[in-house]
This record gives sequence, C-alpha cells and structure tokens, in this order.
Amino acid sequence: MPATLDSPAGTAAVALRGVGKVFGIGDTRVAALREVDLDLPYGELVLLVGPSGCGKTTLISVVAGLLDPSEGEIEVLGESLSRMRGGRKVRFRGERIGFVFQQYNLLPALTAAENAAVPLLIAGWNRRKAVARAADLLTEVGLADKLTAYPSQLSGGQQQRVAIARALVHEPKLLVCDEPTAALDAASGRTVMGLIRKVAVEPDRAVVVVTHDSRVYDFGDRIVSMADGRVEKVEVKPAG
Amino acid sequence: MSWVALKMLTGDKAKYFGIVFGVTFAALLMSQQLSIFCGLMRNTTSQIRDIQGADLWVMDRNVQFIDDVKPLSENDLYRVRGVPGVEWAVRLYKGIARARLADGNFQQMIVLGLDNATLVGAPGPHRILHGTIEDLRQPDAVFIDEFGWKYLYGDEPFAAGRKTLELNDKRAVIVGMCKCNPTFQTFPILYCTYSQAVQFIPQERKTLSFVLAKADDGVTEAEVCRRITDQTGFKALTDDQFFWTTIDYYMTRTGIPINFGITVMLGFVVGCAIAGQTFYLFTIENLKQFGALKAMGVGNLRLMGMILLQAYVVGVIGYGLGLGGAALFGWVFERVVTTAPPAFYFAWPILGITAGAVLLIVTLSALVSLRRVLFLEPAVVFR
Ligand SMILES: Nc1ncnc2c1ncn2[C@@H]1O[C@H](COP(=O)(O)OP(=O)(O)OP(=O)(O)O)[C@@H](O)[C@H]1O
Ligand SMILES: [Mg+2]
Repeated sequence: MPATLDSPAGTAAVALRGVGKVFGIGDTRVAALREVDLDLPYGELVLLVGPSGCGKTTLISVVAGLLDPSEGEIEVLGESLSRMRGGRKVRFRGERIGFVFQQYNLLPALTAAENAAVPLLIAGWNRRKAVARAADLLTEVGLADKLTAYPSQLSGGQQQRVAIARALVHEPKLLVCDEPTAALDAASGRTVMGLIRKVAVEPDRAVVVVTHDSRVYDFGDRIVSMADGRVEKVEVKPAG
Repeated sequence: MSWVALKMLTGDKAKYFGIVFGVTFAALLMSQQLSIFCGLMRNTTSQIRDIQGADLWVMDRNVQFIDDVKPLSENDLYRVRGVPGVEWAVRLYKGIARARLADGNFQQMIVLGLDNATLVGAPGPHRILHGTIEDLRQPDAVFIDEFGWKYLYGDEPFAAGRKTLELNDKRAVIVGMCKCNPTFQTFPILYCTYSQAVQFIPQERKTLSFVLAKADDGVTEAEVCRRITDQTGFKALTDDQFFWTTIDYYMTRTGIPINFGITVMLGFVVGCAIAGQTFYLFTIENLKQFGALKAMGVGNLRLMGMILLQAYVVGVIGYGLGLGGAALFGWVFERVVTTAPPAFYFAWPILGITAGAVLLIVTLSALVSLRRVLFLEPAVVFR
C-alpha cells in the first residue's frame, strides 16, 4: 500500500504484532522480546524507556530492519519487514529510515557537512549537491559555523547534532535513536532532544527515541515503558 | 561511496602510509631482485649477443652454454659448409686467455677470434668507439671492450697503439675499442682475428670453438639447423635458441635462481605481512564505521567494493613507488658503480610478475578484512 505512505493520517508508521526475539540457544537462551504488540503513529516523538536489558535496543533494531524477529509480524511504513529480503531491506533502510546512535558513529575522515551528506551519497547523489543539502540541515541544527570541522574538532553534543542532521538529510519517514543523550551532559542532552523535537518531528514522520534519561521524558508525545522484553505501559501525553 | 572509501583510507595517515609502505617494500624488493637476477642471467649470454652477423651457432652436441666450449676440428668446419642450405660457415674462437700487463700483473681475458677473411661476428660500426674493424688486420692487433679498458687503465683516455699486452708470450697491441654487453665473469674482452687468437693460447690440437653459419635465402633457419644436426651430428642453434639454452643452464645448474627466488619470496611474504596486518587493523578500527554504513543502507556488495577499492588504490600506489624505486636503484647503480658491469635488467615480465604479486598481496589483505566486515551484524551499531 505505498499510496498511503505519504498521507498517513490514521495509519500507524510502525505496527508490531506478537513480535518475539530470542538470542542464543540452550543455556544461553535469552528472550529479549516477548509477544510485543505496539503501534507507533506518524507525527509523534515516542520515547522508549525501561531498565537496562529490558529489550529496548532489540526492539528498535527489529523495527529498523537491523535484526530479524524470531516470531511475529512487523509492518513499517506500510511494508511488511518480515517478508522483505536481503538487498531490498538494505535499500529500505537507506531510503526510509534515519539513525542516531549513542556513540554518534561519524566518519572521522569526513567533515561535518560531508558526514551529514553520507545518506545522500549512499542514495547516489552527486557529492557537491549532497554536501550543500547537508549544510542546510547543519545550519538548522545550529552548526552553520562548523561545516568544515572534523568530528575530532567537535564536542559530543555537536557531534550528536551532526548525527541528527545526517539522520534527517534524506528525509526518512522513520527516525530511530538509541540513547542519543546518554553520552552527553544534561544541558547538551536537552539541546539534542530539543533539536530532535524541533527538526525531526513532522506530520509524515515517526520518531522513536530510546532513553534511560528521565530528565528528557518531557520531550516525548508518548512514552512506551518496557520491562523484561514486554511493553508494560504506553502513556500518551495530552496534546499541547 | 568510492569517494567515502578513499577518504576513510587516507584519513588515517599512519595506517595509510603503513599499508602503502608494505606494498612498496614488497614491490621494490621483488622487482629489484628480479631485475638483478635477469641482469645476471642476461649477462651470461653477453657474447652470444656480442657476436653479430651470423644466423646460426654450430657446436659440439654436448655444449650446454656459451662458456662450455668443446672444440671442433678444421674438418668439422668443412662438413658444416657442405650441408645444403648453408650459405657460408666461418670459424669463431672463444676462450679465456691469461694476459700479462705492462706492469707485470696478470689478468684473465675473454678472447674472441674472428674469421680472418670476413671478420664475421665483429661488432657493428655503431658499437665501435675507437678505430675501424679493419684495424684488426694489422699485426698483433686487438680491440678491447670499453669496460675492459676502464678495468685495466682506469680513466686514462684511449689511444690506439699505446697499450700492449702479452698473451702466451705473444704481443697484443690495443688498436681499437668497442662497446660490449656486460659479462657474467667481468673479464675484459679482446677481439682479434682467428689466427691471432690461436697464438694467444697454449698450443692445442683443436681450437675451433664455434662455427658461425648463415642460412641460404629461402631456407628457414630451423630447417638448416635440422639438416646440420642430421648430417654432422653437431648442435646448431639460432642466436635466440643459444641465448635460452645458456640461460637454461644457469637456471637449472646453479643456485642463482633459488637464492634470488628466496629473496623475492621474502619480499612477498614481508609485504603481505606488513600490508595485510596494517590493512586488517585499519578495517577493525573502522568496523564501527562500516557497521554504521551498513545500518544506513550500504549493502555487502558495496562494502566489498569499497574495501577492494581501498586495497587496489594502495596496491597501485605501492606498485608505482616500488617499481619507481627499483628503477631508480638501477639507474643510480649503473652510474655510481662504474667499476662493475651493470647487472640490472628491467625485463618487461618483471612488471607483470610484480604486478601479479602486488595484486595478490592487496587482495589477500582485503579478503582477510572483508570477512570481518561482511559478517558484521548491522545491529552492532547500537551496542
Ligand atoms: N546479540 C545478542 N546476543 C545475545 N544476547 C543479546 C544480544 N543482544 C541483546 N541480548 C540480550 O537481550 C536482552 C535485551 O538487550 P537490549 O540490548 O535490547 O537491552 P536494552 O534495553 O537496550 O538495555 P540497555 O538499556 O542496557 O541498552 C539482554 O538480556 C541482552 O543481554
Ligand atoms: Mg540499549
């Protein structure tokens, strides 16, 4: 149903039904996800919270098509991931999903603007155009004066802002962030969350942020609490 | 993404230079050793290449290489002349004689005695530096090669008739100088007439080292060789065949190829080790980056392309530097070491062999690294 993707009112960006994920076998067997049913809507910033080891990272990895679930059905942006194979899944990730990692994972040899341009380069854009587009986004996240700086010349908060620009430069419909503020001090953490809120949330985009950090709970529209591989609770904050 | 791959490669200067160094080292050592090897091998054939003007070398059937002289008799010469398809056949003396220098010193010399009437085998005019070949007809006259002159008289300028030698109590007057190919034994070379040459050596029953022959027009050299062998039982070879027969002998009967082979292998192994290890470290260090790229939609095929590109770029640079270094070595060596004939021959196959070895080194390096990247779970980016 690709036609519904750009007019998503009413449909969920991500729908999980009975999703389970098991790591290992025998004695080392760990059920990281059990029977997860979850809908994530477009246009909201969803926080995924819970104690360490409860399966948050596993959940977003499955949602982003980085891990295959052991059971259950996953539909992301109108397409069934369970039925998507190899190359198509790679392309799907590249075109439709943006990633922000706890450790930024910028390429040290590229400047801020070049780093932010990587998803466009992956998509086959010409370099000059891609870097120009990335520069626009870096300006949006407040790094207009750092375009040619290398990651080693940037603070953690600045690097994470580059990573956010990179995650959004190709206008993905789903943004997944794993603990984007965990490596940052409180102030930088709030700046980064504020930016995600401001530049990432769009009516036709779903944003999921895994966090441990109760200081940033107020940035979410919806808070999904997990425990022991299950979704325990979903709180929806009143609009406004 | 090729651009990103190259940026990644050159971004880490230390590792980048490390890998390039490994490949350069291997390429340099291999091509340099191979060149010296080829040079030495080629030098074993220098007299074959020096003797010009004939199509065929006729010799005793048991001769294995140019210095393995097994003399023929005068009668043998006439038998060769009698073979149909042989236009002409002349004598060649090739041997080593001991010369007494003016200062009383002794020196071994390679003596080439040319057919008195025709001087077949003499150096062509472009190789003659002083005198004309007809000067060999003067009494006691010899030509010396350029290296030989330098070897005996240093920087003293050449002067016809000034220097005399004594061979087998016979006087030899140096009347001319010619260019000769560098020799394996490094002895000076004397050209003279055949009748002169046999006086320079102690009396022997048979003195005819080789018969130089020419094939009639319209008969192939191969055919004439076959007829000579059939009729006389001698071995008859073209220049080219004699060249390779001689090289074959040195290849199979001396330790030279093995020794050089070991050094070349060493260059290969050390190059593999340095380049492979550094490349592997480079990849491991970038594993997280590769993982991120994988998560962001770079497939395995493209990652493979990126890593192979990195490896091949390093390969091309290292190959260029290594070969350049080897060529420079040869060039400098030839100019600095003027006392020894150069033994550095950059045969074209060396380019190919070295290229193949470098290709293997960087491909192996890339494959070792590729394994890690291809089996990388993209989900590791969240760890
Ligand atoms: N690749 C793996 N192999 C084996 N077990 C794994 C693997 N990945 C995760 N697990 C296990 O699955 C469970 C959930 O892990 P996950 O990383 O999803 O937790 P998390 O909620 O993200 O924790 P944290 O807040 O510490 O990041 C844990 O018990 C973990 O040990
Ligand atoms: Mg986690």
